[in-house]
Amino acid sequence: MSQAITPVVKVQTPFKRICSQFAESPVAMVGLVMLVVVMFTALFAPWISPQNPYDLASLDLMDARLAPGEKGLNGQTYLLGTDGQGRDMVSAIFYGLRVSLYVGLTSGIIALVIGSVLGVLAAHLGGRFEQVIMRLVDIQLGFPAILVALVLLAVLGKGVDKIIIALVSVQWAYYARTARSAALVERGKEYVEAARSLGLKGSRIVLRHLLPNAMAPLIVVGTVQVAHAIALEATLSFLGLGLPATEPSLGLLISNGYEYLLSGKYWISVYPGIALLLTILAINLVGDQMRDILNPRLSR
Amino acid sequence: MSALLTVKGLRTEFATRDGILPAVADVSFDLKRGEVLGLVGESGSGKSVTGFSIMGLVDAPGKIASGSIVFDGQELVGADDETLRRLRGRRIAMIFQDPMMTLNPVLTVETQMIETVLAHESVRRAVARERCVEVLGKVGIASPSERLGQYPHQFSGGMRQRVAIAIAMLHKPDLIIADEPTTALDVTVQGQILYEMQQLVSQSGTALIWITHDLAVVAGLADRIAVMYAGRIVEQGPAEDVLSDPTHPYTRGLLDSVPATTTPGQRLRQIPGSTPSIMQLGAGCAFEARCSHVTAACAVMPDMVKIGSRTTRCWNPIVQQPSTASSESAA
Amino acid sequence: MTAFILRRLAQSLLVLFVTSILVFGGLYLVGDPIEILVHPEADQIEKERARVALGLDKPVVEQYYLFLKGALTGNLGNSFVYAKPALEIIFERMPATMELAILAMVISVFLGIPLGLYAGLRPNSPFSRFIMTSSIVGFSLPTFWVGLLLILFFAVNLGWLPSTGRGPTTDVFGLQLSIFSWEGLKYAFLPALNLALLKLALIIRLTRAQTREQGLLDYIKFARAKGLKSSRVVGVHLLKNILIPLVTVIGLELGSVIAYAIVTETIFAWPGMGKLVIDSIFQLDRPVVVAYLLVVVAMYIIINLVVDILYSLLDPRVRIAEQH
Repeated sequence: MSQAITPVVKVQTPFKRICSQFAESPVAMVGLVMLVVVMFTALFAPWISPQNPYDLASLDLMDARLAPGEKGLNGQTYLLGTDGQGRDMVSAIFYGLRVSLYVGLTSGIIALVIGSVLGVLAAHLGGRFEQVIMRLVDIQLGFPAILVALVLLAVLGKGVDKIIIALVSVQWAYYARTARSAALVERGKEYVEAARSLGLKGSRIVLRHLLPNAMAPLIVVGTVQVAHAIALEATLSFLGLGLPATEPSLGLLISNGYEYLLSGKYWISVYPGIALLLTILAINLVGDQMRDILNPRLSR
Repeated sequence: MSALLTVKGLRTEFATRDGILPAVADVSFDLKRGEVLGLVGESGSGKSVTGFSIMGLVDAPGKIASGSIVFDGQELVGADDETLRRLRGRRIAMIFQDPMMTLNPVLTVETQMIETVLAHESVRRAVARERCVEVLGKVGIASPSERLGQYPHQFSGGMRQRVAIAIAMLHKPDLIIADEPTTALDVTVQGQILYEMQQLVSQSGTALIWITHDLAVVAGLADRIAVMYAGRIVEQGPAEDVLSDPTHPYTRGLLDSVPATTTPGQRLRQIPGSTPSIMQLGAGCAFEARCSHVTAACAVMPDMVKIGSRTTRCWNPIVQQPSTASSESAA
Repeated sequence: MTAFILRRLAQSLLVLFVTSILVFGGLYLVGDPIEILVHPEADQIEKERARVALGLDKPVVEQYYLFLKGALTGNLGNSFVYAKPALEIIFERMPATMELAILAMVISVFLGIPLGLYAGLRPNSPFSRFIMTSSIVGFSLPTFWVGLLLILFFAVNLGWLPSTGRGPTTDVFGLQLSIFSWEGLKYAFLPALNLALLKLALIIRLTRAQTREQGLLDYIKFARAKGLKSSRVVGVHLLKNILIPLVTVIGLELGSVIAYAIVTETIFAWPGMGKLVIDSIFQLDRPVVVAYLLVVVAMYIIINLVVDILYSLLDPRVRIAEQH
């Protein structure tokens, strides 16, 4: 009995393939949507917040510590309540999201650039340079991130730029190690040897071949790292290090609310925490799916 | 005498993103006790999956879609897990291709052999160990008692495969399925293992299905040969007949492409075209695109026809002139 | 083997040395501890006296040299705040942190490995999907915020468990530990759980990934072909192979848990090393901070060393060279 098989031959570009594989997981799609919402909110915070929480003139202490849904003196309904200074929680969260994302992404990108350049160069140049860099990486990774950041911030003091420096110094090593491994794998491949024997310049090999092939694992590491950076910044702010009170991130907001927790005014700490959770969760969901797609060993 | 193993109309499918892939489309054969069957085919022909199907080891997303496998009177398709488990290792054993990957690298050989014994018989550990030492000696491993305590990576490739064979022989099974057992080994070792398996099997009366892509390997070993192509058996019959007088164009092509049959200086013969992807097959004969005997009839999948001692899946089989010696006796 | 250990020890000492320089120097730049320690209305003479008493009048290089001399004999200086040897204070508080850390690791390992195994073996079951989604959520939760929630929920709202502090201690081998009594466990449970959540998620995900990867390998199929029971295939063959990379990670995570205890101890007012160091940073109690960092780094190094040794013991391919 002959069977009728419908030949199905699909040809897709790698990008389309990644997109369609990504869309297979509803959870990842939810994460993507959440991420877009978070970034949109952060970007447009000044325009969509009901109130500017850092304009001291617009605050009224009489409105302090209102529960979610209560009305303030001027008739405004505070959807998520107010904090100890009378700030609308919704606005505070939007602005806080902005700072958190800014710090997380900036430090992530800087660390990515520094780390990958060092990593790829280490793989390409080899020799003493590679040894020194990788030794540094090992030492750096042997320390718990929070301790390194803690000490750095204790020394450097408060400020957005200082916390970015701290976060970069904690993250670069992961990128460097990943970039070097990926570059080494490529380097071992025969086409690079062939290119070398043809006399192609080193920089060309690095730019056209080693770097692009390191992209996939770097993206995966990148998503995890950015999520970590945001969480680390929040933790440090909570402990009182890093960001000044004038530009609070979500971590600082949570810290501010800590003292009110035991008296039942949960909203000052809980809601910023939820915002933080959703942000990190969104990044992780997206990053997780990317990792599954880009992992050659689990190829479906 | 009833057959030990009867496979009828076996169809094993894999659910992939691009559709259902019938790795084994339609396979039927019988195996008598003590008989050696050479299952020959290139990669992708479905020969390994046939072996796994008999063992019940087809992993998701694959499953046996239809057909029957009767072993010693017992239907295996649809049997429950515990029934299958009791058969595996005890009455039907399997040897895999790469012994480095099949033996667990972090457990000693002793652990891996004794557990096989204890999985099917409750004997004392010491008794089980004795048996393992004995079997290891039989497959040609020197100082078996010492080597038992070692780890797989401390053995050479050929030795590891002998260990795998020993494990297969522990319970004196009725059937051994060997999936390309010599492919990963050096040529010299290949010959040794082949010879030893032949001895073992004929001494113990175990039936053997030897799966390979290399016709030459089964030439001296098999009683019967079945050639597979794209998930189906295309020719089956006594080994000598299939090898000296093939009726299917594909078998003919395989034999012709063996370098030994051409005289030096002549061009090597090869089958034109390349193996089709199973997903791209149409309703006709799978070999159609590469066949030199193709006719209009080939647009429909051929049934098996009997020619002499063989069965062939072809509308236009190669029938030898009566002047060439070929056995006319029924299989 | 001995050469390996010696080399590692030498490397470790180097790391400790470099750390001490960095930390010492860094903290020197932070500020003048005297301003904080001495009564604000004290006059210059008193401040000078305090400065001399603490050795802060000397140039920084000389301070470091003295510090180094002391360090080699085990004396890391006296705390500015407590006027006791810094090392002594740290060791006093260490058992509290360690019991929390170990309790957290125990929770995460004994829950995480089975859950991860299940999720890896039956990836498409609803429970597995639930485990995986929860683990991503667990992974994304900021530890300190979860701590707040735990307090809010279990202590304030439900009143089942105490919100802060450490329970009564009992003497165990000369150490004061609180987790060996029910009362003590009540206090320790929430902070340990807090620390454990992140590691739990990590271990689940790692176990699952390893299970999926290893489960596809031939030796598993071969084990089944031999007719072994599923419980043995998973429990012996699979598990032993998974444990090797897992042990490495668990060891490293223990180090990370000790560090992260800083946050948990602050939230739950748990009197361990972590809370001590945060307070010390804000009080500019330099010797304590330096001592803490050196102790933690030393612990890290020891853990790394132990993990490496364990790895080579567990994996016979590393332990026994190939012989043909």
